[in-house]
Parts: sequence; C-alpha cells; structure tokens
Amino acid sequence: MSVDLAALSNNPDLTLSPGDDQDTLVLSMGPQHPSTHGVLRVMLRLDGEMVLTAEPEIGFLHTGIEKQAENLFWQQAITVVDRADYLAPLSNSLCYVLAAEHLLGIDAQIPARARVLRVMFAELTRIASHLVWLGTHCLDLGAQSIFFYAFEMRERILSIMEFVTGARMHQSWFRIGGLGIDVPKGFLERMDDFIDRFPERLADMRAIVEKNVIIVDRLVGVGKISQQEAIDWGLTGPPLRATGIAYDVRRAHPYCDYESYDFDVPTQTAGDSYARFVVRLDEMYQAWRIIKQARDRFPDGPVVIDDRKIVPPPKTEIQHSMEALIHHFKLVSSGFNVPEGHIYQAVEGPRGEMGMYVTSAGGNKPWRVRWRPASFYHTQALKRLGPGNLIADLVAIIGSMDPVFGDVDR
Amino acid sequence: MSHFPDWAIILAVKSGVLIFIVVTAFAYLMLLERKMLGWFQLRLGPTWCGPWGLMQPAADAIKLVLKEDLTPAGADLFIYKIAPALAVLTALLAYAVIPFGWLPDGTPIAIASPNVGILFVLAAGAVGVYGIALGGWASQSKWSLLGGIRSTAQLISYELAMGLSIIPVVMLAGTTSLAGIVAAQSAHHLWYIIPLFIPAWIYGVTALAETNRAPFDLPEAETELVAGFHTEYSSLRFGTFFVAEYINMITVSAIRTLLFFGGGDGPWVAQFPLLTVVWFLVKVGIMLFIMIWWRATLPRLRYDRLMTFGWKFLLPTSVACVIIVAGVVAAMGNR
Repeated sequence: MSVDLAALSNNPDLTLSPGDDQDTLVLSMGPQHPSTHGVLRVMLRLDGEMVLTAEPEIGFLHTGIEKQAENLFWQQAITVVDRADYLAPLSNSLCYVLAAEHLLGIDAQIPARARVLRVMFAELTRIASHLVWLGTHCLDLGAQSIFFYAFEMRERILSIMEFVTGARMHQSWFRIGGLGIDVPKGFLERMDDFIDRFPERLADMRAIVEKNVIIVDRLVGVGKISQQEAIDWGLTGPPLRATGIAYDVRRAHPYCDYESYDFDVPTQTAGDSYARFVVRLDEMYQAWRIIKQARDRFPDGPVVIDDRKIVPPPKTEIQHSMEALIHHFKLVSSGFNVPEGHIYQAVEGPRGEMGMYVTSAGGNKPWRVRWRPASFYHTQALKRLGPGNLIADLVAIIGSMDPVFGDVDR
Repeated sequence: MSHFPDWAIILAVKSGVLIFIVVTAFAYLMLLERKMLGWFQLRLGPTWCGPWGLMQPAADAIKLVLKEDLTPAGADLFIYKIAPALAVLTALLAYAVIPFGWLPDGTPIAIASPNVGILFVLAAGAVGVYGIALGGWASQSKWSLLGGIRSTAQLISYELAMGLSIIPVVMLAGTTSLAGIVAAQSAHHLWYIIPLFIPAWIYGVTALAETNRAPFDLPEAETELVAGFHTEYSSLRFGTFFVAEYINMITVSAIRTLLFFGGGDGPWVAQFPLLTVVWFLVKVGIMLFIMIWWRATLPRLRYDRLMTFGWKFLLPTSVACVIIVAGVVAAMGNR
C-alpha cells in the first residue's frame, strides 16, 4: 500500500517529488522527542541519516497568553506574561512593565532602587536561563554530568529568587510602578555569596565543556549562518552575535539605566553552533559583571512610585486611612486606566530581543499585547539550518538556538 | 538415579550457578553505575529501596515484569520477540569460556576451557549484533530502524579493529586459549598491557563501541533517536536488552583483564591460588569503574565521526600493531 504523503501533509516542503519516495524517509521528530526542548515538532525528510528538508511545526504549547492578557487588568496581566518564556519570567515581565510605564508616562519616576533591582534580577534570570541551556544542550550532545552541575548553580539562583519574591519561577515581582515588595533582610549577604562563588563555578563548567574534543567536533561548522542570512531570518541575541554583529538591546536601546553599566557584548564571527556556544558562556560572565555593579550601587529608598492611582497603599495605611482604603478598593476591583496609545518595547532577554507591542485603548485592560519572541525567529531558522546535516547535528542546532516553546507558542 | 551422565549434571549445575552469579552481578553493576553517576553528578543515586538503595535492582525488576508487554501493530512478531532473547543469550554465552582464576593444581576455574576460547568470545559477540539489529528492524518504527542501522554499521566496523587488536596478544602468547594467555602472562611475569599498550587501548575503545556504551552509545542515543533500537520495547523485553548490555559490559571488562592485565595474576597467587579469583574480580571492577567514569564524562560522538575514527584510525593502527608484533615475534624466535 502506498501512502500519498502529499495528501497527508499540508506542508509543501514535505511533498515528495515523483520517483524519490523509495529513497527518502519522512520522519516526525517531536513533539515528544527528548531533544526538542519541550514540544517542537520538526518534520524531516531523510536520506539515510542526512536531513534533506526540515520543517519546524509549532503551536503545541499555545496557551493564549496574548489573549488572556487582554482580559486582565494592566497590573494583573503580569502574571500571564511571566509564563510565556518560562525560563526567563522576569525578562518577560520587565518588557511588559516597561511598556506599560511608558504608556502611563511614569517611566522617569521609577525609584533608583527598583531600577537597580530590576537590572540585577534580569541578569540573574539571564544566567539561570543560560545555565538551563548549557545543561540541556550538553545533554543533547550526550554529556550528562554538566547538566547537573549547571542545574545545581541554577538552583542557587532560584533559591535567591524564592527568598526575595516567594516564587522560584513565576515571580511576578516586577510591577507597573516598581517592584512588588522590597528585598528581605539578609538579601545582600546571599547576593554576595552568589557573586563570590559564581565566577569560579562558571570557570569550572567552561573547563569541562568548552575545549572538550568531542563537543568542539560536534559543534564547529554545524548550523553555520552568515551575517546577512542571520538578519534576514530575524535572528537576535546570541545567534546573531555569534555571526559577529554586536547588536544588543541593552546597548542599542538602553532601558533601566543599562547605559551606565560597564559590560561587554560578546561576539564571535564563525556563526556556527560553537560560536553560539561560546557567546552564551561569555554572556554569563558579563551578566555576572552587571550583577556585581548593581550590587555595588544598591541605593536605599522606596521600590515603588508614590502614586496611589497606580500602586496600592501599604497595608498599615489602609487600616487607618479611609482614603487609602478607597484607593486600594479601586485598584483591586477595577485597576487603573492607561492613556490611549501604543508602544513597542524591547528588552534583551536571554534568548535575544524580547519585544512587546502594547496597545492601550484607554481602558483598565490592555487592548492588545503582541509579542516578538526571539525563540520564534530562531525556531523558523531551523528550516534554513537543518538541511544538509545529520540528525545528530540537528539536535545540536536546536540546542544551540535555545528555543523555549512557551515563548514561541505563547 | 538419573538418565543423565554425571558430567552433564555437573555442567548444568555449574552453568546455573554461573548464570545466577552473572545476572546478580549485572543487577548490582546497574545499581553501582547509578550510585556512581550520582556521585559524579552531585546526587546520591538510589537511596530509598532498602539500606543504601541495595534493593533497587529488585524493585526495578519487579517494576519491569509488571509492565505491559506492548508489541507495535506493524512489528514482525517472531523476530520482534526473539531479538531480546538473542541479545541476552549471546551475551551469556561468552561466560562459558572465561577463566575466573585457577585452582591449586593449575586447573582454570571455568565452565569450559577450549583452546579457541578467544575466538569463541568473538564469535558470540558477533552474533550479539543480530539481537540489536533485528530488534531495531522488526519494531517497524523509524527510530528503531535508524538505531538498528547505526548499530549494525558501528558494531561491524569496530569488530574488525577489535579482532585485530587481539591478534598481537595471541601471537605473543602463542595460544588462543584464554587460560593459556593468562598462563603465558604469569609465566613471563609480564602483563601484556606493558608491551601491547596500543592494542590494549584499541581494545578498550572498541569494547565501548561493542557494548554501546558512552561515548559510543549511538544505537540508543537517547537525545537523537529517542531510544534507538529498543524504542518500541517495553516490559521484560526492554529489560532483557538492558541485561544484555550490562552483561556485555562485564564480558568485555573480563576479556580485557584476561588479555592485557594478567587475568587472575597478582601478588601472593603462588601461595594462595584461590586469590586469583579475587584479583580477577578486582581488575574487572576497575575496568567497569572506568567505563562508568567515561559515561559520566564524555559527550557522544557523531555517527560519521565514529565511522571515520573506526575505519581510518583504529583499523590501520591495529593492522600496524599486528605487523610490528609479528615481526618482533618472528625475530625473537618461537617462544
């Protein structure tokens, strides 16, 4: 019995030309495959183990986050926004919060302490996310132990997050107007401990993997992309910087005073999987440098703006002041209105340019929250990077693009 | 009392005891591997089943037995079912000729001590490929098929280099009997690892490939081929493949010990010949530890690199070793 593959697939790239159905194998890699990092499905046409065409299919993790955000008050939407890129929740909420603050026109009033803490935690998130990438990417390549070393380090970061915000992953800590709560007592000691330990641990992990003969052999020259193609495919973040273009949103369009921090934008020129590998390893060190500077500044003062129309008054005040109670009630029951307008806000997430196009129709809910997830563009580039490689290389390429499907599918 | 001759009963009892020991050794090798991987990876490994996790193998076995034995709809039933049995059978076969040590009178402790022992082991190992290749093919799954193809190519290519790396040992010892090779090493007070370290190294590498261990675990590369040749297997049939893999691990470690590390040879064996068994097991244990260590350390090779490495490096090197050793043996005269 011959199966008409062309009829089964709505995908023009997978249709077989007449006569070659004897020689090629159509293989559905994913959505449940150990190395597709969640729920990516790549439809492959194979000749032996050689990939002839690779067609990424997405949408398996679609949760309607954009639509949900339209049905929540401005402040509440942070909770769903957090959950898109689940490895970097604070980067997501930072982007959304900055957009909302610009629309409200309060972006200049955010207290210095909140800005410093935002930078510090955005960079902690970047390190945590890159550690997950390092562990899983190496696991994809067959190296097991580094996975545990990376996750042990990430666990330290998550425990700091938990200590400060009460949540390990979806912190919802950045709020429109500042931060949810101030950091607890003992925070600086824990940060200092982390800052002291991290460079050594990072150097250890690099020593294990960076010059490993097999890893170098598996990655060098695999999934190579030129500068022009990287731009054409919309790559940002480490995959773009691995081609030699030093585009970093923190430098190009600074937010949260990033222009005042001293850090390098690591680049490589090869544009292959190994270049992306090294760029991310370098980035972890740069993120550590930023955290260290933020720790050194660490100003005193409030962490939210003093605007009762946006930020609810402290509980102690609510118990004594009628006016505060009314403010609190209004904010909880109907939120606050944001003036009509629209804005594209981008931040440099761990995966690349994490952008959000937020539109307000003047109401107490966002009219539209449209995402530009970096992972989406990196995933579509698999179509360009996959063909001509072996299955084992495809696994390495997916790992080196580091897509997160909560982010791609929203 | 019975219709069976005495030698048959003795053989059956010996084989039964040996199989029991090997399977128990497999179970605890697996536990040991999990423990050691745990220690390598900042974890504890199994701790819940019994003291220090010692009952974990039993728990695993019970779990596997109780699982449903699934057969894919399109599978070639007979081959699908026979493949795991073939794998474990050939894995166990090698133990028939492995001398674990020797008795005070110099008799090797083994089921049989044929004068073609090493050839028998190689033959059994070669048939073992069928278990994996047929299992992958009969599953009628694309992942299994790719795993089966990989294993066929890998095992056949590495078998060549492995066979060639053994030839220098045979030439030096002047015998293909495993007990004879060990006896030759202890008679000369020279473990063959010293003169033949390159063949010993080649054997070590090809042994990893033969047993599908990291970094050569391509036929079952989890992150590439889901589970390779045993993707579709479940329950005890999956477990049987597992048993075969670990028993093969012990086998190659034992052969490596016999060929290059003097088998049961060691200090004080002249006074206490039974100590040979202890030395043998200690050496096998060290080999196994090194295999587990490699698994914890090394990433997986890529398929084409594996082939290149096997054909363009290991094979020529082992051929060169054979030629050099042959020349030396010829020059030194018949030993």
